[in-house]
Amino acid sequence: MIDMAAGILVATVVAGTPMVYAALGELVTERSGVLNLGVEGMMLCGAVSGFMASTLTGSLWLGVVAGMLAGAVLAFLFGVLAISFKANQVAVGLALAIFGTGLSSFIGKKYVGQTVVLEPSALSAALGKLPLVGGLLGQVHPLVWLSWVLLGAIWWFLYRTHAGLVLRAVGESPRSAYALGYKVVRIRYLATLFGGAMAGVGGAYISLVYTALWTEGLVAGRGWIAVGLVVFATWRPGRCLLGAYLFGGVTTAQLFAQGAGARVPTELMSALPYPATIMVLVLISRDARLIRLNVPASLGKPFHAES
Amino acid sequence: MRLRLERRPQPSALMVYASPLIAVALTALIALAVFAAAGHEPWSALVIFVTAPVADLYGVGELLIKAAPLVLIGVGLAVGFRANVWNIGAEGQLALGVISGGFLALHFGVGGSPVLLPAMVLAGAVSGALWAAIPALLRTRFNANEILVSLMLNYVAGLWLTYLVFGPWRDPAGFNFPQSAPLAPAALFPILLEDTRLNISVLFALVAVATGWVFMARSFVGFQLRVTGLAEDAARYAGFSTARAVWIGMLAGGCTAGIAGVGEIAGPLGQIFPTASPGYGYAAIIVAFVGRLHPLGILLAGLLMSFLYLAGDSAQMTLGLSSAVAGLFQGTMLFLLLAIDVFVHYRVRGTPAVVPAPAARPVATPVAAEAAT
Repeated sequence: MIDMAAGILVATVVAGTPMVYAALGELVTERSGVLNLGVEGMMLCGAVSGFMASTLTGSLWLGVVAGMLAGAVLAFLFGVLAISFKANQVAVGLALAIFGTGLSSFIGKKYVGQTVVLEPSALSAALGKLPLVGGLLGQVHPLVWLSWVLLGAIWWFLYRTHAGLVLRAVGESPRSAYALGYKVVRIRYLATLFGGAMAGVGGAYISLVYTALWTEGLVAGRGWIAVGLVVFATWRPGRCLLGAYLFGGVTTAQLFAQGAGARVPTELMSALPYPATIMVLVLISRDARLIRLNVPASLGKPFHAES
Repeated sequence: MRLRLERRPQPSALMVYASPLIAVALTALIALAVFAAAGHEPWSALVIFVTAPVADLYGVGELLIKAAPLVLIGVGLAVGFRANVWNIGAEGQLALGVISGGFLALHFGVGGSPVLLPAMVLAGAVSGALWAAIPALLRTRFNANEILVSLMLNYVAGLWLTYLVFGPWRDPAGFNFPQSAPLAPAALFPILLEDTRLNISVLFALVAVATGWVFMARSFVGFQLRVTGLAEDAARYAGFSTARAVWIGMLAGGCTAGIAGVGEIAGPLGQIFPTASPGYGYAAIIVAFVGRLHPLGILLAGLLMSFLYLAGDSAQMTLGLSSAVAGLFQGTMLFLLLAIDVFVHYRVRGTPAVVPAPAARPVATPVAAEAAT
């Protein structure tokens, strides 16, 4: 019984991790006032580039770096249009999602259906020997607990450093931050690039660790769920983690239901995370005051320095 | 000297129409680069890419039959986009049209009743609109973001269709392939042009263009939607209801997408597949934008996008390129269009190296501008 509970817990965390990375990245981007809806496209490009890099080099970590770079490159394109050119952020984000999907299919065509076999992590094996937490840490990939480190770092950055305060100020009132001499455009670019890089890591985690294969549309809406999670989290990092694991749990429910012999169509179980996202969105959004108090005040609005 | 963007006193009327053309031209340039990178002589590859799909009458028929759903959905989505109502769920609404139209075709196809086809089209329109009503309701009632809700429902609808075709609707004589039995002749759209697959769904698209134009340009509701999109506060002050704009915008897209779904199974497919749509619901978003949210523009953009699909297919055969190249070029085109659109409202001015006023901050360096193209 305890073994099964531990199994469910581990599976939940493993399935939720890509959304932890993507949602935390998007949270930082949105905290600077930039709404990048293209997370799905950045994750797909991160997934395919990570997969290609790891297949070619045999190194998982080079794959993660490649995924990070791919996500950041796409985020840079978004930044040029949405920050420098002041285009409609919703339209550019949609364009990025569509473009990233097409680009990942195109460059990954040769790799469809291939799997990648990487050495089991020596680090995980070493951590597995630790008392108490070793059982959990030894079972999961280092990227899983690195996402907890990331969460801590982002929390510390946003709430305990001057730079984090400036980032939040830019998201709340870019005009005031600009008047105080902060470089709004540069800060927004950096936040956007960070969001893209983290989406790339999330994507690379899916193709390298979670499924260990590449196929078109592998990310299957997790990027969009991540965008929804940021709203669910009311733009607070800790709740992003909670939300991501909630969805990890919904995703793994189907595996355990099948294992327990439940006669439910697989498609029905696979569809569960999507209505679940809608439900939490509705629950959070219906309280307009809650959203208004927490949303970065300049979210989605371009910043004009000269006017 | 550094370049910077300066707001034009008036939006450039020339750029409004020129920017889609520039985007198309730049996409062609990128296509040349992709062909060259794939080891082809770029110019002849582009000529093959452009001419092969429409070399014969059959090809022209294919061009029109693929453009029809894109134009139909694009016109519907544009109604919402005009009012800043973002229906990203056309792909799922199309799947609902496939499901409801397919249900009627599979269950009432044998009798050959003449009301079957109109009933299928009606069912497609209603089911697509109902699917779109979910995000509309959640947005107007609970303030839930319609982009995320409509998008999530795409996956649900897709999995529902997959379940049906892999399960109850699977053709027992189909060698276990995930596809339904071929639809009865009474459930198929009449062919318009012999030796092609061109059918009357093209007429639906043309009716949508005409209706969309009259509605948006000549009706008071269309005017209210446009005002809502341009200045929401002004619209609210004038007493135009935002909730009504959401409902009209979502239902228009859902209705047209549902009809397009019926058009696929009653048209070129002739049976039901889990992948009844090759991403028409997403491509129609690009069509709506590239067509400037104007029905006539959408007609042209739909033809162009349909052409890219065909060219992608033929590039696979003649040039050995992945058919995913179509999706790549479609996405690139939308991206470029949004980038070039900046010149509708801004113009590039050079400023001296010594910047006299602090207001003259550079917003776009030449490097950034280059990277965007």
